[in-house]
Amino acid sequence: MLAQQIVNGSMLGSIYVLVAVAFTIAIGILNFLNFSIPGLFMLGGMVSWAMLAAGWHWSAAIITALCAAAAVALLVERLSYRLMAEGDPEIPLVSSLGFLVLLENLVLIRFGSDQQSFPALIPDFNIRAAGLVIGGAQLVSLLVAVALVAGLSVFLKATSTGRRIRAIAESRETATVLGVNVSRLIPQVFVFSAVFTAMGGILFAMNYQQASPFMGEVVGFKGVAAMIIGGMGSIWGAILGGMIIGLAEVLSIHFLGANMVNITVYGLLLVILIIRPQGLLGASLTREKL
Amino acid sequence: MTSYQLGILVILSFNIIAAYAVYLPLAAGQLNLGIAGFMAIGAYAAAYLTNEFDWSVAFAIPTGGLLAGLIALIVAVPVLRTHGIYLALATFALGQLIAAVFLNVEAVGAAAGYPVSTYVGAPWVIAAAVVIVLVVFLISRTRFALYLTAVKSDVVVADLLGLNVRGLQVAGFTIGAVIAGIGGGFYAHHFSFVEAQHFSVLLSVYTALYVLLGGTQTVWGPLVGAAFFTLLPELLRTSSQWRYAAFAALIILIMAARPQGLVTANLFHRFRRRAGDAS
Repeated sequence: MLAQQIVNGSMLGSIYVLVAVAFTIAIGILNFLNFSIPGLFMLGGMVSWAMLAAGWHWSAAIITALCAAAAVALLVERLSYRLMAEGDPEIPLVSSLGFLVLLENLVLIRFGSDQQSFPALIPDFNIRAAGLVIGGAQLVSLLVAVALVAGLSVFLKATSTGRRIRAIAESRETATVLGVNVSRLIPQVFVFSAVFTAMGGILFAMNYQQASPFMGEVVGFKGVAAMIIGGMGSIWGAILGGMIIGLAEVLSIHFLGANMVNITVYGLLLVILIIRPQGLLGASLTREKL
Repeated sequence: MTSYQLGILVILSFNIIAAYAVYLPLAAGQLNLGIAGFMAIGAYAAAYLTNEFDWSVAFAIPTGGLLAGLIALIVAVPVLRTHGIYLALATFALGQLIAAVFLNVEAVGAAAGYPVSTYVGAPWVIAAAVVIVLVVFLISRTRFALYLTAVKSDVVVADLLGLNVRGLQVAGFTIGAVIAGIGGGFYAHHFSFVEAQHFSVLLSVYTALYVLLGGTQTVWGPLVGAAFFTLLPELLRTSSQWRYAAFAALIILIMAARPQGLVTANLFHRFRRRAGDAS
């Protein structure tokens, strides 16, 4: 039974991993706590649901959802991030939060506040091994999450665009001096971040077979927690953090009851922040402005 | 005044109190994203004292505020070891944690909520907001406020000038929590009901929004921000479905146009200069 909970926890964790990676890219590369990410998560789930409900093929629905999230992320870059280079570092946070409220309300106006039931995309197959039941959707989301994160990691390490992005993360001034076209790369970073989040939203909707305008908030904030636990700006940290949060959540439901989830998750977060402010895998603290 | 207008005024008062609770630590450069947690402490503590021990509201609410301040003081020491964004997120976690704890305490109704028997009328709530605004304005005239600004502008320089940076940060954080706790106490007694779900992270985050949108450079910012946030959705009420969407779009546009917030120090200088020219 415990092993089964661990399986469920890793599936949930893999969704947190995607959101945490999105946050961590935004922080690590742009130094931007992007609060529109929960909105993009929801957009992924709701747009793909709406397209499926309209009778589209699942692949078209997923691609549309990812494109919608990418388009919104470009708007966030334009209206929140780019204009605020000189302002207080807290400002893009406020403005990106405006996007979260805007997205939620636009979806609310269009589709209402009901939980929508998301069709089962993956035929109901279960893998049974040694008494464990692994759902098809669970397996697919775990694989997709692992593939995306591994892909990103390779991309950042091995390609020249990836190297340029890491140069920006290291020092924007130096990167500019060395001839990196920062203003062209940053929108790409936003698109990456959006695709990860929206994919998380789609997988979440698929697993729980439901989508709603508010699905992003709870998961989004747990994604922030996962990112901090792992260490901001570290992709491996985001993976570790996402898995820890997913497991902590499922295990605390199992052993302590559903009401204890937030105490466990955020208590864990607070303890880790106090003991190790840079997170488990984070580099030592640089004194940031915000 | 219609009861509708009075209701708006009460909500405005609560928002102003909360805004100044966020403003004080922010004046020292610390974004507190867990203010709802301190409100919850004040609300539950004050409600428990009037309900179970028949305390008078006049004692229970300040006690709730002090308790919130005490807890802030205890956590400030480890939490303020973190800087910047880590600090913002530590307070975020703290706020979530406090709300989650109250959700599980049976003595105050756990998830079912906690009814409060004593009632505090609207005039008292408004008076409380006015007093808090006056107090914060008075604080802003002291050297203490100047020190906070110094800490915000440059921690290292403030330290070199001999300021007790850590002490000032803890003080700003704690006074903010006391204000939040007092606001929470009034909230509990005005609405005669507290539930942990109300003190969510969104409440904290929205409050931080008022302050940042209003501007953190002057003491007027939180007031303008809170008023703007409370009154604008009401003005947009005619198109009820669209009002929050329109409101959110406005936030984005305003921040794009005025990244320092609506009220900036510059604005004041300009006003003063103009007044000087006229005379």
